[in-house]
Amino acid sequence: MSQPSMLCMSGICKSFSGVPALKDAGLEVAGGEVHALLGANGAGKSTLIKILSGAYGADSGSVEIDGGPVVLGGPAEAKALGIHCVYQEVDTAIVPALSTAENILLDRHAANGAGRWVNWKAMAEEAGAALQRLGVELPLHKPAGELSLAEKQLVLIARLLTERARFVILDEPTAPLSLEEAERLFRVIEGLKASGIGIIFITHRLPEVFRVSDRITVMRDGMRVLTADKRDLTPEGVVEAMLGRKFEEEYPKLEADIGEVVLDVNGLRSGSRVKDVSLKVRSGEIVAVVGLVGAGKTELSRALFGADSVDGGTIRAGGRPLRLNQPADAVAAGIALVPEERRRQGIVASDSVLRNLSLPSLKRWTRLGFLTGRKEEESASGLISSLGIKTAGFQQIIATLSGGNQQKVSIGKWIPTEASVYLFDEPTKGVDIGAKSDIFRVIGNLAAQGKAILYLTCEFQEAVGIADRILVMYDGAIVKEFPRGQASLEELLIEASGGRGGTA
Amino acid sequence: MNSRSADFIFKYGSLLVIGIVIIFFSIWDKHFFTYDNLASILRAISITAFVAIGVTFSLSVDGFDLSVGSTVSIVIAFSTALMVWYQMPLAVVIIGSLLLGAAVGLVNSLLIVRVRIPDLLATLAMMYIVSGIQQIFTKGNSIYSNMIMPDGSTAPGTIPSSFLWLGQGELLGIPVPVVLMAVAFVAVFIFFKYTRIGRQMEMTGGNEEAARLSGVRVKRIRTAAYVLSGLFAAIGGLLFAARTGSGQSGAGAPILMEAVAAVFVGYSVLGKGRPNIVGTFFGAVLIGVLLNGLTMMNVPYYSNDFIKGAVLVLALAITFIHLNRKRA
Repeated sequence: MSQPSMLCMSGICKSFSGVPALKDAGLEVAGGEVHALLGANGAGKSTLIKILSGAYGADSGSVEIDGGPVVLGGPAEAKALGIHCVYQEVDTAIVPALSTAENILLDRHAANGAGRWVNWKAMAEEAGAALQRLGVELPLHKPAGELSLAEKQLVLIARLLTERARFVILDEPTAPLSLEEAERLFRVIEGLKASGIGIIFITHRLPEVFRVSDRITVMRDGMRVLTADKRDLTPEGVVEAMLGRKFEEEYPKLEADIGEVVLDVNGLRSGSRVKDVSLKVRSGEIVAVVGLVGAGKTELSRALFGADSVDGGTIRAGGRPLRLNQPADAVAAGIALVPEERRRQGIVASDSVLRNLSLPSLKRWTRLGFLTGRKEEESASGLISSLGIKTAGFQQIIATLSGGNQQKVSIGKWIPTEASVYLFDEPTKGVDIGAKSDIFRVIGNLAAQGKAILYLTCEFQEAVGIADRILVMYDGAIVKEFPRGQASLEELLIEASGGRGGTA
Repeated sequence: MNSRSADFIFKYGSLLVIGIVIIFFSIWDKHFFTYDNLASILRAISITAFVAIGVTFSLSVDGFDLSVGSTVSIVIAFSTALMVWYQMPLAVVIIGSLLLGAAVGLVNSLLIVRVRIPDLLATLAMMYIVSGIQQIFTKGNSIYSNMIMPDGSTAPGTIPSSFLWLGQGELLGIPVPVVLMAVAFVAVFIFFKYTRIGRQMEMTGGNEEAARLSGVRVKRIRTAAYVLSGLFAAIGGLLFAARTGSGQSGAGAPILMEAVAAVFVGYSVLGKGRPNIVGTFFGAVLIGVLLNGLTMMNVPYYSNDFIKGAVLVLALAITFIHLNRKRA
């Protein structure tokens, strides 16, 4: 390695069906450098990375390595040029039944570059050497499927070492890791850097950025807004660059009388993502839980609804302690969930608006086991007009409605159940502006009727606009609480990224 | 083909085919479109129809039950053995048989819902287990009135005429099994359209996760569907035994295919694209008419499997071409 290598992307543009995702974006990485790439959701980070790794083709722009232009026709060509990517979903790149050593050398074998015969001894030696370079030890002959997530990640990094990688993209590698595992990964990154590899490091966690990176690039709205040396930047400056000019949305906030505590959660644990959550929601109150992707918000909502098992702690609704074995128990206790994945979890897409709207409240429309069609239809018609659901009629198949109208059904179906607690998990995801304000209006109305509302979102702006209180969730726990009007977007983002002094 | 005519074909195609087949056979053989022959077709359909209703239940929750044919076989053997070997009263025979069918469904549902074996594999294994139990139980023999037992003695019992009436008798000139079938179709139609459990079954089949997150107790609902599947297969077995007046070993096996074909033909009736009881009825009619008509045309019985398979693959092709087009 006589002189450090240099990767340079400039003027990259990319549109998806007419909607621009990247507008004149760029990025430079030198060998032996860790370059952090930051941006809010939708800023264009992943599109840029996918172009660099050959998964997408750019509409225009150029990529140069060591001053010479290169063409990234596909993932294989990118790899041949020494550009490798470790994606967040490590399981998609691991063959669980094969051993660790085989997985480390997988690309070579898949490409049939290793000859016709498998030399087990040479393979173990080479895989072992790659792990040694990383300074980690893994059981070489164990099936990779039995490794922990962090270990699988190391297998992928070892793999790219055997492929003579020159530039490595790490896409949110620490999101699923524990503190110790992240610490080990940082040492590995130091090692890669020392061997002259250029690293693009994507993360949402600010303390990590300032810990491991040399330079920082911030993207917003498909463009690069900032590239600077770490030493010239502060966390506040980075957050400001990520948010850009402030864009105030309209939130129809209704005045609601805040009453008794309806939902009381204490020390809740569930799976690996909900570690210790305590919170209270009063009747008429909208409490937002904000956090970045991976903070455990969805898992929290599922645990509160009995969809995932509760491993510890207590949930009380209306003063009564609940034992939730399945969602039906939560529904019986007056809890409603509007889940994040609307088409998969919120609606029966192949069925009608009517039958979707009445599904949770079928008991109300049943006499001696038989459905009383007319009341069910009246209720559905009422919901369609009060929620402003745009449909040809309640017999229309819900799959043909727009995302926003489907979401209104996913929310509206709970109204006849007279639930007292509403859990909203990213309710505005994939919803257009018009339907968004309809949804905020519906939520405001529910609060005005005395419902207790827990609003889980990674859109901080929405939380600031709609909530009476904001709880910040980070790494499975509530780390900060802000009363209405006390939280700025900057503060929320800093807290949600692990705080100022955190070592995460 | 433009999309409007494609929709028309999907919606009314199978009804048209049934009509064309009936007209064709009526012209071919003047005995086809007679009351006696139509009654005999319906009588033959009734057994398949009950099994097909069972298959409709399991498919309505997006499950599959391959064991229904074996359930028919074991109920045939069990019911006739109760009468011929043990001289049990009719009520015991009927209630016992229904419980046996429900029990098979319950075991299926335990394997699928609790142990979480994929439905096709679980019921494939159960198909062999149930059929195997039947063969062990009867030692591979058929059961008939006063049969000769393996030890040379004569079995004490006979199959009473009250039982045979279920399969062979008439009510106001209409064959009893046809009356039972009509009652069953109406009842199941009402079940799916007007009861909460029926609605929950269809919604569970449409999207199990969404139904679960809407408070539907999906495990219970799916269990109920498999139990009903076994129960209706058992009714099919009882009618089969009553119609033939004997207990042939393994007689239910071919009915699986007829029933499944009937239900999938039903997918395309009126363009539903999913299991529906009206469609199942027309599917059963199509299968019955085809088998009867082809027999009249002296197409040998050993080509029946081919015909059933061809009907099934056609119905599947129409349904899935339509569903994929809709999704695209």
